[in-house]
Amino acid sequence: MADEMQVEMTVNGEVRSAAIEPRRTLADFLREDCGLTGTHLGCEHGACGACTVLLDGQAVRSCLVFAVQADGGGVRTIEGLSPSDGSLSGVQEAFRAEHALQCGFCTPGFVVAVTALLEANPDPDDEEIRDALSGNLCRCTGYQGIIAAARRAAGSLRGVEA
Amino acid sequence: MKAARFAYHSPASVDEAIGLLSQFGDEGKVLAGGQSLIPLLALRLARFENLVDLRRAAGLTGITQEDGEVRIGAMTTHTAVHRSEILATAVPLLPRAAAFVGHPAIRNRGTIGGALAHADPAAEFPAVALALDAELEVAGPAGLRRVPARGFFISTYTSALEPDEVLVAARFPAWTGDCGFAVKEYARRRGDFAMAGVVCALQLRDERIERSSIAFIGLGGTPVRAAAAEALITGTAPGDLDLAEVARTAVDGLDAADDMHVTAGQRTRMAQALVRQALDDAIAEAAGHG
Repeated sequence: MADEMQVEMTVNGEVRSAAIEPRRTLADFLREDCGLTGTHLGCEHGACGACTVLLDGQAVRSCLVFAVQADGGGVRTIEGLSPSDGSLSGVQEAFRAEHALQCGFCTPGFVVAVTALLEANPDPDDEEIRDALSGNLCRCTGYQGIIAAARRAAGSLRGVEA
Repeated sequence: MKAARFAYHSPASVDEAIGLLSQFGDEGKVLAGGQSLIPLLALRLARFENLVDLRRAAGLTGITQEDGEVRIGAMTTHTAVHRSEILATAVPLLPRAAAFVGHPAIRNRGTIGGALAHADPAAEFPAVALALDAELEVAGPAGLRRVPARGFFISTYTSALEPDEVLVAARFPAWTGDCGFAVKEYARRRGDFAMAGVVCALQLRDERIERSSIAFIGLGGTPVRAAAAEALITGTAPGDLDLAEVARTAVDGLDAADDMHVTAGQRTRMAQALVRQALDDAIAEAAGHG
């Protein structure tokens, strides 16, 4: 009854396919089938935001999407956000500069969420930053550094000195 | 946790979806955006042998204006509702309420049809549909029927949809003239389900309130209209209103529940305060100084 199904999607520019159970989440597909463990799983029911990825350009919680629903789609994960030479993206640089992480568990979700925000809105105000990040939980650093990082990243991506 | 095993179907049409749902009966469930259903499956609060995903079914997305109403396809996302220029003009209460639905990543996946069919009394869109007398287009084995929002929300998580029916669209009457709208909620954190919420729409004509709608979020097993308060303000000049009295009337007879966050009494008092704030804002907007 619950036979495996073949899915195929583009992940960070590479075509990936696998035969999976329909109940496999996109998060587990990325981690288990693609070996991309930068996407973290906190709660696995859509409360923490740690597993946020970009699906067809939009931030989504990959624990709240079954991989079969993303069949044919395009996914970008934290691994796909930095340049291929191993340097940091502008958003990642800003997180480092503002001490916006401590243990780092929630960081991939936050970096993806900030990236999605700035792609849609290059000059967000604090209210828009807080709204964009409201679905991501951090349990150690606190949010001030993260908000400051989002602000700094917005400035540096627009070419404004932070 | 992970969801229990299920078989996945992604039919190319609504008719095909109805055929599958008829075949599966209680063992089948429609999957729309999944932002409420998937947590329930992951927590094993619900399980189904078959999920029928509407993502490939043609004709279920889009927002179109037709003869005094706006039709929203059931698979239209909250984000699309939030950003719609048609809705910002014709049914502004919807995009304003969309801003209160979960978080951006939820709004990017969640759909208006899913939110209505899920019939969560703490959700925003059911209250807006009830307040604005929306009509729901429901497709089933016998064809299409239209269900007024007033008859759609039966109880918590229960709508008038049969197991072999699919909600295909919601129709909202367009608002014109000197109108004002407000959504007021109290939640501990942004994006949480509100402890209490109010949506309000009204129209002024010749300096009187010509029509008004007030509905509550999270104050009972379904969204609730404040009919007595609406009757009290309709036909009245805003300057003659005793808003404290209107707010008391609005919450009179509500059947709020206790939960781990808030007592029924607190919830009702919050609702009363929110009605007053919502009316203040809606009246100011309608009068042109919102």
